[in-house]
Amino acid sequence: MLKKRIIPCLDIKDGRTVKGINFIDIKDAGDPIELAKKYIVEGADELVFLDITATNEKRKTLAELVVKIAKEINIPFTVGGGINTVEDAATIIKAGADKISVNSSAVKNPVLIKEIAGRFGSQAVVVAVDTKFENNDWYVYVNGGKIATGITTIEWVKQAEQLGAGEILLTSMNNDGTKQGFAIEITNTVSSAINIPVIASGGAGTKEHFKTLFENTKATGALAASIFHFGEIPIPVLKQYLKEQNIQIR
Amino acid sequence: MIAIIKYPAGNITSVENAVNRLGYECIITDDIAVLRTAERVIFPGVGEASTAMNYLREKGLDKIIPALTQPVLGICLGQQLMCNFSEENNTECLGIFNTIVKKFPPLELVPHMGWNNLQVLQSRLLKGIAAEDNFYFVHSFYAEPCESTTAICNYILPFSAVLEKDNFYATQFHPEKSADAGEKILKNFLGI
Repeated sequence: MLKKRIIPCLDIKDGRTVKGINFIDIKDAGDPIELAKKYIVEGADELVFLDITATNEKRKTLAELVVKIAKEINIPFTVGGGINTVEDAATIIKAGADKISVNSSAVKNPVLIKEIAGRFGSQAVVVAVDTKFENNDWYVYVNGGKIATGITTIEWVKQAEQLGAGEILLTSMNNDGTKQGFAIEITNTVSSAINIPVIASGGAGTKEHFKTLFENTKATGALAASIFHFGEIPIPVLKQYLKEQNIQIR
Repeated sequence: MIAIIKYPAGNITSVENAVNRLGYECIITDDIAVLRTAERVIFPGVGEASTAMNYLREKGLDKIIPALTQPVLGICLGQQLMCNFSEENNTECLGIFNTIVKKFPPLELVPHMGWNNLQVLQSRLLKGIAAEDNFYFVHSFYAEPCESTTAICNYILPFSAVLEKDNFYATQFHPEKSADAGEKILKNFLGI
C-alpha cells in the first residue's frame, strides 16, 4: 500500500534553520543538514526546505546549501522560496533538489509551472497555495499571505494541475499556527477536485489532527514545522500512533 | 570504478551522491570504452522514454548496454528502457527484460508517488529486505510482471518493482532516495 507522507518543513534564512529547535542530541540545531539528518533517522518521508530570505543575491548561497544537502540526504526533498523563473528552478534542481516549490511567482506568472514541468517533469513541481476562508469561499493569497488575489482556491489548483503541477501543497491561513487541526473541508474539496497529490499544511497540534486529516480527506501527505521543531510531537511517536490507527504509514 | 550512464535524464547527481555516501567513487559517462570496462554500471533516469532512447541510439549505447557483462542496475526510467517496449510514445526499448511498459489506468492518483512496500520473490538484489520495508516511487508507467520479476509492488495493479536477469538488475523505485532500505539495495548491488 502507498503510505501517507509525514513531511517536516525547515525554514532557512541565510543558510541556517530558524525557529526554536528542541533537539538536545544534535550539536547545531541551526545547521539544516544536521537537523535534516535527525528527521530522516526519526522517519520523515520527505523534507521541505523553505528559503525565507531568498533574494537574488542570496540565491547563490541557497544553491550551495542545496548541493550540500543533496550529498547528505537519502530521501526526497523540495526547495522553495524565491523561485521566480525557470532558470531559478534549474539552478536549484541542478544543485540536487528533487522538487522545487513555487507559490506567488506561479500565481503572477502561471506559465512558470508549465515551463518548469516541461523541462524537469511534473514530479519536480510542487505548487504551494496559501488559502484563506473569507466571504464564504477559500481564496488564494500571495507574498507570504499578505496580498489577496481574489482567485478562488479551486480555480487556481485546477489551473495549476492543467499547467503540469505535480503536487499541491495547501496551507490554510485560517488554521496555520492555531494548532487546532488541519483545514479538513478545503483539503477535502481540493483533493477531490484534482488528480495530483495534495499535501495539507497548517494547524497541526496533536497526533489526532493527522488521523482526522488522513481519514477525512484524500491528502497523501501532511506537512508541519513547529510541532516537530519544538519536539511537541516527535515523528516516531506520531507515526507509531497513526499505524495503530490503521493508517498506512512507513 | 562505478560508471553511471550519462544521458539527458533527471536524477543522475542523486545517484552519484548515493554511491559516494557508500564510499565508492563513480564516473558519469557515455564513453563506450569506459562503460565496457567499469566494474559496475548504473543506468538511472527520470524522464521520457522516446527522448531517452533517441539519445542512446545517437550515442550507440542502445547496442552497448544489452551487451555489457558486468552487473548493471537500471533505476526508474532506466528499468523501463531495459524492457522490450514502452507505451510512452510507443518506444522500442533495449529488450533486456522480456516485458512491456504500460501506462497506469487512472483508477487512483497517477503518478504513483511516494513510499510503497514490495512483495519480494527470489532476489539477489533484495537480500536483507523485509516485507515492511518501503521504497520511494515516482512513475506513471510500469513494467508488467514477467519471468524476470523478482519483486512486485501493488498500486492500481501488480507491477514489476524489481527485475533481474543474469547480470542485469533494475528497480522501478529510487534506491538513492529510499533512506536506509534503499542504501541496503545499492550496497547489495555494489557487492554482487
